[in-house]
This record gives sequence, C-alpha cells and structure tokens, in this order.
Amino acid sequence: MVHWTDEERQAITSIWAEVNVEEAGHQALTRVLVVYPWTQRYFSTFGNVSNATAIAGNHMVRAHGKRVVVALGDAIKNLDNVKATYAKLSELHSEKLHVDPENFKLLGETLIISLAAQFGAAFTPDIQAAWQKLMAVVTAALSKQYY
Amino acid sequence: MSLTATDKAHVKAIWSKAGGKAEEIGAEALGRMLEVFPQTKTYFSHYADLSVKSTQVRTHGKKIIDAITSAVNHIDEITGTLSSLSTLHANTLRVDPANFKLLSHTILVVLALYFPADFTPEVHLAVDKFLARVSHVLTDKYR
Repeated sequence: MVHWTDEERQAITSIWAEVNVEEAGHQALTRVLVVYPWTQRYFSTFGNVSNATAIAGNHMVRAHGKRVVVALGDAIKNLDNVKATYAKLSELHSEKLHVDPENFKLLGETLIISLAAQFGAAFTPDIQAAWQKLMAVVTAALSKQYY
Repeated sequence: MSLTATDKAHVKAIWSKAGGKAEEIGAEALGRMLEVFPQTKTYFSHYADLSVKSTQVRTHGKKIIDAITSAVNHIDEITGTLSSLSTLHANTLRVDPANFKLLSHTILVVLALYFPADFTPEVHLAVDKFLARVSHVLTDKYR
C-alpha cells in the first residue's frame, strides 16, 4: 500500500480542484502524440494525427484526453487503493488495447508539464513531487495486470 | 533522432528567452530534480542546502544552463562545443547516464512553467530532442 503524507494529499487535491479536466487532458495527450510520434500507432482510428496542427484540432484526441484525466479523478478519490481501483482498466490496456506500459510514463510526464504550464509558480517543487509520485503510482497500477 | 532545421529554430527561439534567466531556471530545474528524484541527491552530498533557493543550487544551476546555452549557440557542433564537459563527466563526475533524462525532464517542466505560451508541443518536441542530444554527447566518452 502506498503511504501518502498529509502534505502530499493536500498537494494533489488542491491542484485537482483547479484543474480544467478537458484542457489538461487535451494538452497532455496532444504532447504525447507530438513529442513521441511513435505513439500515434495507437490512434489509427482517430483520423488525422500525423502532424501537430491536426493533432491539436482533432476532436477524438480531445475527447480521449478528457476521458483519461477524468479517470485520473478515480485514482485521486481512492489514493489508498489505486491498484484495486485500476485493476479493470489495467486489464483493458493489456488485453484489449495492447498498450506498451512505457506509454503510461510518457503521459505522466506530459501531464506534469501541462500542469506546470497551467499553474506556473503555484506548481511548486513540493507539489510537483507529490504529483510525480501520483503518476508513478498510477503507472504501476495500470501496469499491474500485464502478464 | 536527429535535429531538423525546424527543431533547431524552435530551440534557439525558446532559449533566447531562457538563457537570460539562467540562474532562476537552472536553480528550479536542478532543485526540482533533487526533490522529485531524491536518488539524485547522492551526487550532492557536499551541499549544505539542496533546495531551489540554496546558493549552491543556484550557482550550479546557472552553470548548467550556461553550458546548454553554448550548445544552443553552436547547435551544429554540439559534440565539439561540449567536448571538455564530456570528458569531465566521463572521467571525474561519472554521473549515471540515467540521470540525464531526469534533469532533462525538470528542464522541460520549468520551461513550461516560465513560458507556457511559447512552450508549444512542437517546441517541447524540439527541446526534448535537443536535450537528448546534449545528454548523448555528455555521456559519449563513458566507455
């Protein structure tokens, strides 16, 4: 079980209260597809995702980014049991979506960067550290059902 | 993953803003790396204060950003420009190669923080590639 300090919980929930879920998701997923273009392999049914402009304007990318960040909310509501919360999602990513778990790390990184862009100096080193820990916990949980 | 002409232009453009805040950006990037990835503190056991505000962290952070600035200014000859730093890292500092990705990540975070409008996905891509190139050069003589 993951141990969270009160400060870490506070860092996570205070930022989460202010996050624009759709925008953060859009930013994070857009950056994954642009910065690590090989990830476009998972989105062949999304239409045009071949260049930055197309990606940024793609409605399916926007919708999917939002979906991912909404799901992050489940982890945040269940910080003491992220593994159980994400068991089905992990199985889905492994068995149906066949997503290389490395991609969870990439999205975690671009989400952190998107939060830094939204919050600026308010995204202090302490707060960043708490969120990086959250991303690591989420990555581990989503990777758990792979075999 | 070599740098295209567009990548180079993006890097130079964002760095023209970042280079002028070398100490702040360096302190933030280094300080955040030390806090977010505590295993990196092992390289700084001789520092009294490892926070972003620490004088030692600020000085060292500036040094790092200034070195990157020289690589930006000689973006077509990064290997030559960073040659002595590369030797230093290989023979003296011997920072584990895994750590270059960690500092590169916090540099990206700090650029997004300071320049949200300029740090577009395309610029992010270019800087990520550039920092990977710099990291490669700095670890090139390790073995």
